This record gives sequence, C-alpha cells and structure tokens, in this order.
Amino acid sequence: MRNSKVVTLEEAIRRSGLKDGMTISFHHHFRGGDKVVNLVVDKLAQMGFKNLQLAASSLSDVHAPLIEHIKAGVITGISTSGLRGELANAISHGLMEEPVVFRSHGARGSAIAGGELHIDVAFLGASSCDELGNASGCPRSENAKSICGSLGYALPDAEYADHVVVLTDDLVAYPNVPMSIRASRVESVVVVDSVGDSSKISSGAIRDSKNPRDILLAKQAAKVIINSGYFKDGFSIQTGTGGASLAVVKYIRESMIEKGIKASFALGGITAHMVKLHEEGLIGKLIDVQSFDKVAAESIAHDQSHQEVSAVDYASGEHTGSAVHALDIVILSALEVDTEFNVNVLVGSDGVIRGAVGGHPDTAEDSALSIIVCPLLRGRIPCVVPKVTTLITPGKGVDVVVTEYGIAVNPARPEIAESLKAAGLKIVDIHDLAAKATSIIGTPDPLPFGDKVVGIVMDRHGKVLDKIRNIEE
Amino acid sequence: MEIKNALAGTLESGDIVIQIAPGDGLTIDLQSSVSAQFGRQIKEVITDTLKGLGIDNAYVKATDKGALDCTIRARVTAAAVRATGKDVWKD
Repeated sequence: MRNSKVVTLEEAIRRSGLKDGMTISFHHHFRGGDKVVNLVVDKLAQMGFKNLQLAASSLSDVHAPLIEHIKAGVITGISTSGLRGELANAISHGLMEEPVVFRSHGARGSAIAGGELHIDVAFLGASSCDELGNASGCPRSENAKSICGSLGYALPDAEYADHVVVLTDDLVAYPNVPMSIRASRVESVVVVDSVGDSSKISSGAIRDSKNPRDILLAKQAAKVIINSGYFKDGFSIQTGTGGASLAVVKYIRESMIEKGIKASFALGGITAHMVKLHEEGLIGKLIDVQSFDKVAAESIAHDQSHQEVSAVDYASGEHTGSAVHALDIVILSALEVDTEFNVNVLVGSDGVIRGAVGGHPDTAEDSALSIIVCPLLRGRIPCVVPKVTTLITPGKGVDVVVTEYGIAVNPARPEIAESLKAAGLKIVDIHDLAAKATSIIGTPDPLPFGDKVVGIVMDRHGKVLDKIRNIEE
Repeated sequence: MEIKNALAGTLESGDIVIQIAPGDGLTIDLQSSVSAQFGRQIKEVITDTLKGLGIDNAYVKATDKGALDCTIRARVTAAAVRATGKDVWKD
C-alpha cells in the first residue's frame, strides 16, 4: 500500500525521536497476558536508552522483567494505576530512587488530557490494525490472535501523545473499521508475533467466586441495592473486580425480573455477567472502558449498544461529562476500610504494594450510591481497621460497607441507613466492626516501614493524597 | 516428658502447620505470612499452649498461613498429643 506505516519496532523507535529521559506509555487491556511492555522495553534497553519514564495505565505480575531494566537505569520513573507480583514487591522494598506515581483511571485520563502527564511516545498494542494505523481491540480477520475488546485506557494516550506507535499481531486490509485509534493519530505500525495472551485477561483481580463467604457477601450487597432507594427502572450500575462484587450482578438479576425493573446502562470494566443481562434486555447499554473477559470482548465487537469509552469519558474528575457522573450504583471491593470509611485497595496489610487504584476513587466519589463489599477478616488480616495503611478513596465518597458481620452506613447518608433498617437489614456502627475484628485477631504490631518514599498516590485533581514508604524485612 | 517428632495442621490459608521435635528449652521457629504484625502474638500462643500441657523442652517449627489463635491452639495441642502420646482430651 502507498504510504504504509508498517516498519520494524527498532525503526519505529528511531523514527519517534525518543531520547533519554522521555516518557513512554502503554495500556493494560491484556492485563496478566500483556506482551507489549516487556517486548518494547527489552528493545529500548538493547538500543541503549536510559532514564525513561514509563507511564502505564496499569502493571501486573507479568511485568517482573522490568526489575532488571530499573536496576540497569533504563527505566527510572513509573506512573501506573496498579502494581502486583515481584515488581511490586521489589519496589516496596526500595528498588527505585524515584517514587512510583499512582493515579486512578480517571485521574490518569485527565492528567494526560490536561498535560500534567505528558507522553512523548505511546506504544499501544491492538488486536487488529491496517497499514495506515486504524486500530481496534476487536478481531477483524480469521487470523486474529489476541482479542482485548475495548481500548478505553489507550485512547487518551493515542489522542495526546506526541508520537504514537501501534503494535499488532493481525495486520488487516485497509480500512479497519470501525476503528478505536484513528490513523491520523498514528505514526508507525509494527507487526509482532503476539501483543497479548487473551486467555489471561480474566486473571489477577477478576475471579468468579465459589467461596461461600463471597456468595453471602454478594447476597447481602444485592439486598442493599434493592432496598437502597436507587433500585428503580432506568437505574445504572457498575461492579468492580473481586469475587463478591462480581457475583452481586447474579443476585440483582432475579429481583430485576421479578419487579420488572430495567437498568439504563452498565459502566466500567464489562464482564460476561453484564453482557448476559444486556442480551436478556435487562440492561439497555454497556459503556465499556475495559472488557474483563472473552464474552465482553466478543460482545463489543458486534453489538452497537455496547460502546467503547475512553478513560477520560469514563471517569475523569475534571470533565463533568464523564460517565461516572451519570452513575447511580457502584459495587467495589477493598483491602481495608477504616472507621472514617476511607478505603485502601493498593497496599497490603504487610505494607507491600499488591493491587490497583483502578476506578475506585472515581466511581465512589461521583456515583449516587457506592457500596464496598469485603469480609471482616481475610485469614488473620483485618479488612475493617481503625486507619487504612494507605489512603486511596476518601471516606466522603463511600456510602455503605457490607461485611459478613453486618452492614455499616456512612453517617453522612442517614436516609440510606433508614431505608435499609426498614427492610430488616442488620445495620452496625463501623467502629463496632473494627472492634469485632480486633477482638478476634488481637491488635496488630505496627508495620516495619522505612523512611524512603516508594509511592505517591495522587487524587483525582492532581494533588498528593498519600505517600507509601518502603517496607523493611 | 519424652517428645517424639510429630506434626499437625495444613498449609491451607487460615491454618498453621506445627512440627514438634525434641529440644533443650523451648525454641520456636516461626514462618508466617503475617509475621510483621502478628509474629509476637503467635509465638506467645504457641508457648502458652505448650506450657499449659507441661511441655517445657521442645523444638517447634511453625509454618503459619494466617491462622486465628483458636486454630493455633488446636494445632499445637494436636501436635503435642502426638509428640507425647499423652491424650489430653481423654486423660
């Protein structure tokens, strides 16, 4: 084809004008199956680049090879929504000189759009792309290998980066329509063996639980939704990751059918459960920033009312038109909730980073009703605590906490507590939940934090919310 | 009291494996997923349980997966019964 942008990875990097100290970016739509970050950073190391800033929408277990690149000085700064596995453990123990900057998905989108997070070169994996750069997360030929569905987290990068390189493992005939990333925003197209292992998308945080406690929690959360006052025809809903919050959908379905209530839309990470309700006519539209499994990725490829949305349009706190502002109910998980209803979803009770900010603060703050579902204890680890290890979602945005020992309602929302009490649900004071946890496990000794700041948590408006210190063995 | 090698518990989450062997004085070698916050308490529970059973000399290797105190006491007691042959539930 005339004007083809297809080049080798090395040529694409050379053409991009990338220099030491610049910022490169990646999306995480392949989650635990991602192959783009390691492939590109290996190549950059081989080409002799140093001091690069890595701006990923999130990082997971599969990115452990970055440890060596950090030690070698190839990568000296990271911004991300999440960190897991060996990389997270090494960073928590002080691997990097510069702290990792954590942002929610909405905050990352608005930081990119507002120029606070400037991307020099974006390296974006796509399931299909034509020679001019029209790219999509949907399959467009029988050779399609790696399907991720929505490319929502890659769209701000594609829109605002100085230079965009699309990597694909399925180069298709022009025009690759409908496209998510437009050819006019793309400088180079690189064909690789594989951009990601789709079978590993629904790994990590996303579990379909058979755990009886998760099922109990999900049933309780469903009762909270149904009796909250927000469960009426035309309502909208989002579920976070975590076994219990995903299972809630199953239990509200029955009540929707029984009462003849339909949802106008479901938002966020879209799962097979949501697609099922949509196909049954119980949910009108799906607004999808990230397809959480194969079923969701297939649905977005063929269903007109299953709409891809960018991180900015999904959850920005700076853009009043972002979808979270129209959201009624969100169900979220937590590592820790404290007696002020503050939530931590990032740092484990051992002080080691092991999670992701995700859309937690965005949806909690802007939804009409946010429900946190978590057990009181995980083994000997308390989930309701006097004070969270790290502040991720401020308590003013958190309305209800569902545990197996009762439901706590934020005192700022007395009307919700009244509705739930009237429905016969067991409402408890959150201080009593924290005290119950302590009575079972004892008072934990303080964590051995050091003096080095290894992570900075930004709020939705570009201000520092909390700092994470290194942990000493 | 004569002590033989004995074991109780599993490596399931929420459980603890207690291995008892002969020793001079009481030595507890603890590996725990929650050692930073609960290591001190876990050792206390193990020590108190053994002393309550009249065991003052033993080497104990404990591999903990976040067990609660009641679980720890139960596993230590079971291991001690197997190590001494003295059935504290019957005798």
